Formats: sequence, structure tokens, C-alpha cells
Amino acid sequence: MNYQWNWSIFLQPTVVGDTTYLGWMFAGLQMTLMLSLSAWVIALLLGAVVGVLRTVPNKLLSGLATAYVELFRNIPLLVQLFIWYFVMPELVPQSLGDAYKQSHPVLQQFLAAMVCLALFTSARVAEQVRSGINSLPRGQKNAGLALGFTLPQVYRHVLLPMAFRLIMPPLTSEFLNIFKNSAVCSTIGLLELAAQGRQLVDYTAQPYESFIAVTVAYVAINVVVMTLMKKLEDKVRVPGYMGGK
Amino acid sequence: MIQISHVSKNYGSFDVLKDCSTTVSKGEVIVVCGPSGSGKSTLIKCVNGLEPFQSGEIIVNGTSVGDPKTNLSKLRAHVGMVFQNFELFPHMSITQNLAIAQVKVLGRQQDEAIDKGLKLLDRVGLKAHAHKFPGQLSGGQQQRVAIARALAMDPICMLFDEPTSALDPEMVNEVLDVMTELAQEGMTMMCVTHEMGFARRVANRVIFMDHGRIVEDDEKEAFFANPRSERAQQFLAKILHH
Repeated sequence: MNYQWNWSIFLQPTVVGDTTYLGWMFAGLQMTLMLSLSAWVIALLLGAVVGVLRTVPNKLLSGLATAYVELFRNIPLLVQLFIWYFVMPELVPQSLGDAYKQSHPVLQQFLAAMVCLALFTSARVAEQVRSGINSLPRGQKNAGLALGFTLPQVYRHVLLPMAFRLIMPPLTSEFLNIFKNSAVCSTIGLLELAAQGRQLVDYTAQPYESFIAVTVAYVAINVVVMTLMKKLEDKVRVPGYMGGK
Repeated sequence: MIQISHVSKNYGSFDVLKDCSTTVSKGEVIVVCGPSGSGKSTLIKCVNGLEPFQSGEIIVNGTSVGDPKTNLSKLRAHVGMVFQNFELFPHMSITQNLAIAQVKVLGRQQDEAIDKGLKLLDRVGLKAHAHKFPGQLSGGQQQRVAIARALAMDPICMLFDEPTSALDPEMVNEVLDVMTELAQEGMTMMCVTHEMGFARRVANRVIFMDHGRIVEDDEKEAFFANPRSERAQQFLAKILHH
């Protein structure tokens, strides 16, 4: 193989002259972090609500929640992204669609990507919340009710605190997934980490360095996430329960 | 205090309760026994509305449990219940377990609730464990905490659903002692249990159930001396031999 390695490429100014190529990578990293973290916050909140609704006695509410989960879980992420970005602006009331189309192009891409990732991930979070709640002993709910708690209070004080502790490991996987899935958003032109990597290849003809840098950046994000989640898991561990001390 | 009249419940075509009627007066201790699957746990759960029932009526302290207009949470706040598997909240310390419902349901101040909880914890002999978590206590200790937690709500009556069935044999007595003490202090109690020693000691009446029916509902002396139904005779013969 006759390949000229050139790691110093990252320190060179870009052809556009705005910054160095490393600067582009950091801009991509920043975009990936902003996108994924904002989508994660929404996914967590929405997923918790939908997951809870799947377990309530009310047939209509649990049915709606199930429909929500099946809808967002069974359509490929890429297709969902195209629907949010290309189709939705045409389907919503015209004034709203126009406002969207007249906003800054990067904002358009960011919003579509964020909503798409958030809803897709919320369906998966909802499933985990549901399984967490269902894996608790049935008597816990009765014990809460018997003390005079209302059903929402039972969820708030009895079921959810334990359910979230139980689903911490799969929730960590989901958190990691959202960073990796965000790479799909490069397909609508959003300049996140993966897109910056590809742009770097186009401009520098140094594909190995570019993609190694992108890989390292994704791994670094996920190592940080895993470490933080492990810390959180240890912090909320219940004494005398599930390997707690 | 508790009036159960003609209560029936079924799951599809399976009858869990058939036309059950009985009453529990203030200060009375009633023991409900019977073979497994006879509906005794279901009956006691109907009393505070944890299990719905299709027909009949249950009145607790003047409030109809089956009435859709009844605020069940409000009723349950004053009907203590103790479960087979304790059901303490594992993520809260013992102190928090005792205080949370007082604060969230009865609207008491946190300090007041903790004081009350600790007093009751002392009463069941577990004051030293206040800072621990349920998972760090033995089954018997957890059940005593569960009783204290129910008492902290100042209940007008207590329901016990097989409180000693999940316990190691050596821990049964510590729980029964607490229940006996409670009965002697005049608490109105309805206990589903197989502990016939407890029934002999403190029960006023014994209800025997089989296949969803109340087969016997007798004064304690009459029940043990001479059960009328054959089924109750067999049941007693089996469990009293050991």
C-alpha cells in the first residue's frame, strides 16, 4: 500500500481558510454533542411518560402509548429522518411550514434531526421504562395504594424510583446509541462529526487520518458517557438490594 | 366497622368469591382461614378496594367501597394493610418508609411524621434500625416495620394478608407478638392467616372459607371445639396435627 500518512494535516488551515481542519472536527463534535444531548433529554422525558402510560389500567391511554411505541420503533431511522426533514414541512399548517422553511438552513436541519432522534429514541426508552415497571413485584403498587397514595403518587414515589434504577444498564446503551445514531443526520446535510469527517476526506484526500479521528472522537464520547452512567448507577444503588452494600 | 354483604367476584367464568357476607365490629379481631385458592386473600383485598368486585356491597366505617364515587385513596389512608411480602419501599430508608405516606397523603410535617414513625418503630422493637434500608433487614424485621408503617397512618382498622407466610419459621413469632399486642390494645383487625395459635389466643371470631364461600363464621371457641362443616373439620385436622 502506497499511502502517505500525514497527521499534521489537522493543524493546517482549511482551503476555505476559516479555521484548521482540526477546527472542523471540533465543530462537528460540538454539533454531535448538542444534537444528541438535546434529543436525549427529550427522549428520556417523553419515553418515561409513554412507558408509564403503557402500564396504566386505562385501556385507551395504554393503547395510544403502544401505538406510539410501535410507530417509532418499526420505521427505519433514516426513513423517519427524511419524513421529518422533507415531508413534515409540507404536511403541517402552511404558516408553520413556511416559517420553518424560511429559518436558517442549519436550524432546519438541526430541528428535524433533533425531533427525529428524540422520538425514535423515546420509543425505545418507553419500552425499557415499561419493562422496568413490570419487573417490580406487583405488591409494590398495592402497598402504595393501600397507604392512600393516588395512582400518580404510586408511580412517582414507589414504582419509578425503583424502575429507573433497574433499567440503568439498558438505558446506558440507549444513551450511547443516540450518539451513534446521530451520524445518520449527516444525510440531510447537517455538519455533525461524521459529515465533517467525510468533508475532510474530500478536501484533504487523507481518508485514513480523517476517519481514524472521527472514530476516536465517537469512542471518546462513549467512554465518557459510560463512565458517568456507571458513577450514577453506583450513586443511586440501593443498600441491601441488587448487589448494593 | 366493616360490613361485607353478598359480595361476589369472578374472573370470567371462574368464581373467586360467592355471596360472602360478614361483619367486623369495632375492636374485634377476625381470623380468616381456609385452603389456598379459597378466596380469603381476595376477600380481604376487596375490603380496601385493591380488588374490585362485581356484586354485593362492602361498607367500611360508613363508606361504600364499591361505589364509583368513593374516593378510595382517602378511605385507604385510614385502613392499614400488611402484606405477605412486606412490600416496604426498597429505595427508601426505614425512616423514610415510615414517614412518606404521612407526609404525602395526610399532609403532616416531615419532622412530625419522622417522630411518629420512630415512636412506632420503637414499639415494634426496631428503633436501632431506623437508618437502614429494607434490604438490610430480616423478613421478620421488615414485616414489623411494615406494621409500624401502617400504624403511622392512625388506621381505624388493620387488614393482614398472610403476614407470616413468607417468613422463616423462627421469625414468625416476633411478628405474631406485635399483632397480639395490637389486638389486645383494641385494634380492629381482619387477619388472613394459618396461625391457629394466634387465632386461639386473640381472635374473637374465625371465618373459614372454601371455594370462594364463607363456610363457617363462628365464635372462636365454637370453631375450634366443634366446626360444623366437614371441610373445616378436615382442614383443622390437617393443620393442627403438626
